[in-house]
Amino acid sequence: MVPKFTSLVSRVIPLLVDNIDTDQIIPARFLKVIDKQGLGEHLFADWRYGSDGLPLSGFPLNQAENQGAEVLLAGHNFGCGSSREHAPWALMGWGFRALISTGFADIFRNNCLKNGLLPVQVDRGISARLLADLERDPMAKVAVDLESTTLRLPDGSKVGFPIDSFSRHCLLEGLDQLGYILSFQDRIEAYEGRARCPLPV
Amino acid sequence: MPRALFEKVWQDHVVVEEPDRPSVVYIDLHLVHEVTSPQAFAGLRSRGLRVRRPDLTVATMDHSTPTLPKALQVLDTQSKAQLAELEHNTTEFGIRLYALGDEKQGIVHVIGPELGLSQPGMTIVCGDSHTSTHGALGALAFGIGTSEVEHVLASQCLLQTKPRTMEVRVDGRLSPGVTAKDIILALIGRIGIAGGTGHVIEYAGSAIRALGMEGRMTVCNMSIEAGARAGMIAPDDTTFEYLKGREFSPQGADWDEALARWRKLPTDQGALYDHTVELDADRLEPMITYGTNPGMAIPISECVPSPTDFADGAQREAFHKAMVYMALEPGKPLLGHKVDVVFFGSCTNSRISDLRLAASVLNGRKVAPGVRALVVPGSQQVKRQAESEGLDRIFKAAGAEWREAGCSMCIAMNGDELSPGQYAVSTSNRNFEGRQGKGGRTFLASPLTAAASAVTGCITDVRRLELGPL
Repeated sequence: MVPKFTSLVSRVIPLLVDNIDTDQIIPARFLKVIDKQGLGEHLFADWRYGSDGLPLSGFPLNQAENQGAEVLLAGHNFGCGSSREHAPWALMGWGFRALISTGFADIFRNNCLKNGLLPVQVDRGISARLLADLERDPMAKVAVDLESTTLRLPDGSKVGFPIDSFSRHCLLEGLDQLGYILSFQDRIEAYEGRARCPLPV
Repeated sequence: MPRALFEKVWQDHVVVEEPDRPSVVYIDLHLVHEVTSPQAFAGLRSRGLRVRRPDLTVATMDHSTPTLPKALQVLDTQSKAQLAELEHNTTEFGIRLYALGDEKQGIVHVIGPELGLSQPGMTIVCGDSHTSTHGALGALAFGIGTSEVEHVLASQCLLQTKPRTMEVRVDGRLSPGVTAKDIILALIGRIGIAGGTGHVIEYAGSAIRALGMEGRMTVCNMSIEAGARAGMIAPDDTTFEYLKGREFSPQGADWDEALARWRKLPTDQGALYDHTVELDADRLEPMITYGTNPGMAIPISECVPSPTDFADGAQREAFHKAMVYMALEPGKPLLGHKVDVVFFGSCTNSRISDLRLAASVLNGRKVAPGVRALVVPGSQQVKRQAESEGLDRIFKAAGAEWREAGCSMCIAMNGDELSPGQYAVSTSNRNFEGRQGKGGRTFLASPLTAAASAVTGCITDVRRLELGPL
């Protein structure tokens, strides 16, 4: 079932590259699984491990002080490309619960919201300010509060972020969207009754 | 009020519309493949649910399937388990499956239209971002994640917030050597890979009308590479001729009824779009990508940009990163750059008309020494058609490998992949880092450009092929 999201306070790992596609988040060779387990260890695999398979010390996810952080600060258009839901599964498998970016790709955003991974969209000024805060103090923390839809920056200032009221409600309550769709069973049947004949498959 | 094509299809499929809630939208056709469905079926089982409409659900195996001749096929343990899982799931839930070895098996976005499953005015989804392909027939077709695959299996519906609309008008006439692939690469180069975010694109204009069905599929296929939810083209006589007589197309009186309905789908005069973008087909050149996303595209005769061409710091950074990955020099031409592999295939360019284009260049010529050329038809039916036309003999005589149908080197899950550092000209849709194999470097281009480059062993403008390598 979908984990609830209410609020969190966490350190932030910056990975401010624009257009990080889901092939980078989780390369295709790791999609041969039939469950959702173990994807976290392959998160950003080609950026995170060298050709010898050992962790690259320069990559933020490999740095000791970043272990346990629950928020990723990513560049614009995060999650573009393939629709693979393995991307949010891998991000959550590593421990992320919220993502901050100036923009998310459509399918990726949908996939995140279905898994309790919160996309926090901010404008470029805020993203730059947060990065500057983190450069000053890598241990700085942000607070993400879904109830008030606000992000509190390390300097204490708060900014709002957009999220549709339905997704917010589902995340706050840990509600599964399929249950909501299935509550309209009779309307779906009525639609099928009046719609034209479907495919003769 | 005049309505656009998208609006008509959308309104036809809304089951529930409530304020402050996404709409519940009915799905007419759900396509399924082995990679993005196992967890969805597992979810159904854990909730004790059934597939609501197995009759509207069709599965195929394509992503991790081998493309070597049958006798040489080897599946790794994980791929074998994933294919077995799809077989098990489709059997248990009564879903039609075109399995490996079936004479109609192929890439999901090739077989949907080919079998006549994808039709005008439908809503079509698949756990695959290139589902936008089917919009070429006038359907609203888009990719979804695995949670949504489960939603559709269980309810035949999806929750959707209504997207905005973008009209892309391409007027004029394409010059010789310029194809549908060049139109879409030029568009993505223009609006960027996030340019269509939140939008459904409708492609219109005389150059789009002049495209055959398969060219239209190439255009709609890469809508997602511009960030768009979907791409659509209004159905017309080209569409109807394509559909007539296909296995799942309506027959007899049903055909006449369907045709009357389909003819009402095109956008009404005066309908409004949220945005409009115009491209001049007369001025388009063959396009090629130089970087690590499909928006990093240039006309083939131009030079790779320089850092100073990017005003924005983040863009400059991304450009620099791409140059390092691709090991290219800014400001230098791509023409003449060495190529190791040429890949003909993928849901973008693996249909019979694509193979005919490639063969028209390779006929009587040889793939350059040291270059590996792979021709992977999009479906078993495309393969047989090509063989009946003798295209396979042209490819083999040229020294190219003639393979079985599948996604192959577009996603490199099946063993067909680039080695680290290799350069490929590829007719596929993504040049992301490692997309065609870890460390591999991809130039996206049309089948004509790919074929010309295979012959010379370096990036070549097909319009200058007769002049020899540059």
